[in-house]
Amino acid sequence: MLDSYLPILTLIIIALGFSVAVIVLSRLVGENKPSAVKLAPYECGMPPVGSAHEQFSIKFYIIAMLFIVFDIEVVFMYPWAVMFKRLGLFGFMEMGVFILILLVGYAYVWKKGALEWE
Amino acid sequence: MENLVQIALQNVNMAAILPSLVLTCFGMGLLLINVFLPRGTTRHAVWISVIGLVVTGFFVYTGWGNPQYGFNDAVANDNYTAFFSVIFLFAAGLTILMSDDYLTREGYPVSEYYPLILFATAGAMWMASGTDMLTIFLGLEVMSIALYVLAGFFRGQLRSNEAGLKYFLLGAFSTGFLLYGIALIYGVTGSTKLTEIGIYLNAHGSLLENPMTLAGLVLLSTGFLFKIAAAPFHMWTPDVYEGAPTPVTAFMSAGPKAAAFAAFLRIMEYCFFSLKPEWTAMLWVIAVLTMVIGNVIAIQQTNLKRMLAYSSIAHAGYALVGLVAANEIGYSGILFYMLAYTFMNIGAFAVLVLAGKKGEDNLTLEGFSGFGLKRPFLGVAMTVFLFSLMGLPPTAGFAGKFYIFAGAVKAGYIWLAVIGVLNSAVSLYYYLRIMVYMYFRDAEEDYAWVSLPAAAVISIVIALIGVFYLGIIPGDVMEMAKMAIF
Repeated sequence: MLDSYLPILTLIIIALGFSVAVIVLSRLVGENKPSAVKLAPYECGMPPVGSAHEQFSIKFYIIAMLFIVFDIEVVFMYPWAVMFKRLGLFGFMEMGVFILILLVGYAYVWKKGALEWE
Repeated sequence: MENLVQIALQNVNMAAILPSLVLTCFGMGLLLINVFLPRGTTRHAVWISVIGLVVTGFFVYTGWGNPQYGFNDAVANDNYTAFFSVIFLFAAGLTILMSDDYLTREGYPVSEYYPLILFATAGAMWMASGTDMLTIFLGLEVMSIALYVLAGFFRGQLRSNEAGLKYFLLGAFSTGFLLYGIALIYGVTGSTKLTEIGIYLNAHGSLLENPMTLAGLVLLSTGFLFKIAAAPFHMWTPDVYEGAPTPVTAFMSAGPKAAAFAAFLRIMEYCFFSLKPEWTAMLWVIAVLTMVIGNVIAIQQTNLKRMLAYSSIAHAGYALVGLVAANEIGYSGILFYMLAYTFMNIGAFAVLVLAGKKGEDNLTLEGFSGFGLKRPFLGVAMTVFLFSLMGLPPTAGFAGKFYIFAGAVKAGYIWLAVIGVLNSAVSLYYYLRIMVYMYFRDAEEDYAWVSLPAAAVISIVIALIGVFYLGIIPGDVMEMAKMAIF
């Protein structure tokens, strides 16, 4: 039974070996001339502003949470869409109920003002 | 593939989830109604929730004696589910009735409280009805997530925050254990269905031959014992119970505890019946530890919420005795005891809710000096609930303990029953101490006459009726409990 895990083990060893080899090689072979600009964190090409270690507004978290929730819900619709014809009317109704439940949540969030930035 | 779709469609049976479905609809409807009403109006939510619970109760009642199975045997709406559902509904109803004035007094008249309790109750019902590990897990999560929020509901209070965070972190951790256990059992048996696991384990031998089963059983038990608050997994209980809003504590100590017992009992009986000698030996130790630790530490407490938290640990220990007995009286005794405990414990917490002042700093033994004479109704009610918690006749607590210890004796666990009774004797000390303060100390403050909120009084009266009914005529309910077990 354990034999079937051999490819995974092989892959892990190769992945580890490759990443270590690349890092070690670039240390050994490559030139190393650090400067302040080179060591700065990469922010899509813009010069970095301020420190990254500061408090974020809690609004970011609410938006992020809501995004994840509704984003994941969409994923559930893919398998349903693939099997749409075979699931027939019942499947359609079930998905309708599912979306209705989502809408309740959406209406709640909207009315509570969680989607407003100000 | 076509075949799988067909099977899935044929196995849909809405009757198997009807009660919890109705309750969820009420919860969502209430959530929507709440946002369209101005802030701070909560009175309507109480009554809509109570109507929702009553309607759900009606559907539970129609399901009695008419078992429904569905969703590829992942859900069973049998007598067992119905009995436990009644416990959850009573727990939720009594809690909701005592909550409204309390929330206003403490400065959080937030109507989301009620849907959260309804969702937690629905989750508890799924746990009781689950015959597949994953359904049980799903129910546990729905219930727990609602409870995490409820425990930290007073978001401006440090204590409540601590309770919420502690419960969340430790609860998530224990859920991890549970899930790990499910995974290992699945690894051994190739199924998550309780009956199939049971058949496999029955056919394929002992724990010693297969360490993975042993590890799975232990991890699974750890997850449930945490939710039950059994020692040595009880450390979260005092802090969470003390910090959470008092009605939430009342609910947590009755409903979710019963839900964890429901799922635990079903899993043990369906999956691990062939390993009974092994797990009863394990639970014997845990039951004794839980009773002793709960009762002995409760003696030192001066904060009443904390004392009742330790007492709830001890009561989980008594109920575990029924699980160790693993016979008909023991199992039905657990069902009976959970119902009895719901009435007596929520009743006691309801008195605390009405006795507390804003911030609840007066809920100490000293703060209860003279309380019984100045507030006669609450004093008498508290006395009855405490007598029931001690296990004195003619109250529900006596009948419950009687059945459980009878089950233990019948199964040959004489010493376990002796330890249980001795522990009850220990518990007399701290319960009686509350009464001594209530009646034999002079009141330090002026008790002006106050009118008690009607809803909370209804809650206390229902709990009183329940305690006396189960105490004086325990036979009827016990017969139902016997019909409910497998």
